[in-house]
Amino acid sequence: MDDFLLRALAAGLGLSVISGPLGVFVVWQRMAYFGDTLAHSALLGIALGLLLDVNLQLSVLLLALFIAAALLVLQQHSALASDTLLGILAHGSLAIGLVAISFRDDVRVDLLAYLFGDILAVSSDDVLWIWAGALLSLVVLLSIWRPLLNLSVHAELAAVDGVRVARVKLTFMLLVALVIAVAIKLVGVLLITALLIIPAATAQRVSRGPEQMAMIATLIGATAVILGLSASLLFDTPAGPSIVTAALALFLLGQLRRSHGLR
Amino acid sequence: MTDNPQSGSLLKARNLSMAFGGLVVFRNISLDITKHQIVALIGPNGAGKTTLVRLALGLLPPTAGTIQRAPGLRVGYMPQRLSLPESMPLSVRRFLALAHPDSASLLENARQVGVSHLLDRPMQGLSGGETQRVLLTRALLGDPDLLVLDEPVQGIDVNGQAELYRLIVRLRDERGCAVMMVSHDLHLVMAATDEVLCINQHVCCSGHPDAVSQHPAYLDLFGAADAKTLAVYKHHHDHQHDMHGNVMRGDGMREHG
Repeated sequence: MDDFLLRALAAGLGLSVISGPLGVFVVWQRMAYFGDTLAHSALLGIALGLLLDVNLQLSVLLLALFIAAALLVLQQHSALASDTLLGILAHGSLAIGLVAISFRDDVRVDLLAYLFGDILAVSSDDVLWIWAGALLSLVVLLSIWRPLLNLSVHAELAAVDGVRVARVKLTFMLLVALVIAVAIKLVGVLLITALLIIPAATAQRVSRGPEQMAMIATLIGATAVILGLSASLLFDTPAGPSIVTAALALFLLGQLRRSHGLR
Repeated sequence: MTDNPQSGSLLKARNLSMAFGGLVVFRNISLDITKHQIVALIGPNGAGKTTLVRLALGLLPPTAGTIQRAPGLRVGYMPQRLSLPESMPLSVRRFLALAHPDSASLLENARQVGVSHLLDRPMQGLSGGETQRVLLTRALLGDPDLLVLDEPVQGIDVNGQAELYRLIVRLRDERGCAVMMVSHDLHLVMAATDEVLCINQHVCCSGHPDAVSQHPAYLDLFGAADAKTLAVYKHHHDHQHDMHGNVMRGDGMREHG
């Protein structure tokens, strides 16, 4: 096997270590659209990073945090529903991002790589950063696991029991932003949310407890990475979309299994 | 149990007012809860009962007024609804353990409330009445000084309601905890209550349930509401009968005069 494939595999597996446990909370808290909004805004982060000539992942992360904060403020002071606000933020920042990138015509910007990822182009350093980011996020997630789970079950009950709801929620949003900043290189702005929610949704049908669902989601994510990369190698298809397609195929298989069992 | 040496007071609220963005929910409500006492909040929909509960729990700050809780007060809360994520696989046992991991206390409380047989069932598969009992069990796990129950009998049939109220009184008698509960119907809570606060954006009347049920303000509020409910019910048929007693549908359907 070629080196670039090994690096892609290592990067993809590193991502699924965190995307599984984080994804189940995104599904439980119905935050898929929130993840999507952060991902869309990441393109603006890239554009700003290129214009200001700073580290791209840092500018993506900072912009994601800014968008999350903007959402919290808007939710408190606007009569518009959350999904409307998310739509405005997501597509507004995506559009500004595309416009801003066009100003940098002195540098050739591979827009497709940002939109759909370029997992086959990751360097050894990237792999290291991805694993470091994933493991750090996992440690933080485990440290807030119980309060976050309580919060996902019922926020008011959790608050009465002494969970610091705002702090835990903010930490969780920060983790989602961090993972998106890490994952953008692998699957791109448009497909990141899929890696968070499809394995989690697939795991739900076969899991008996919250922790089991998180672990199965990680296994399914890792399987999708392996299958997607293999397909990409065999059929010469784009790697990021192939991984998401593999995840979708696993999800559909899971659906079949359940309806068969019911008969 | 933490005790206020003077009065046994657990919670003392004075002149509470609450408004959301200029919209007044209620004004000038005072409320005292002392040890062993069962206090019922009654009032029509939109009277501000649940908001008052949220203030008492400290989930919201009041727009005006003060709330004093006894130091170290342990509160067990039973919310009006449990909107659990459908996608979270969660057994009743795990749901309860999430609140308090002590499994001996979990089993004992589950036995007292009568949910032991449900422990291995998924939360999402419970009936309305079973869910209410599991929520009550959860509220009891922290050995509370004060139980706050928001519409504890909703989704339960009439026999089950009386049974659950008896259980609440028994829990108070055995454990000595105070109870603050919300209901929209005085008749249901009468036998189980020491003190009733009838609110509709302010305190209409308060006192012993017998006194409240005779109070003009109560009759005003609920007499009128009852009459309205009956009138609505009368108009709720989905069909009518023609002169021969056959059911007429579709175009033949009319409103009662």
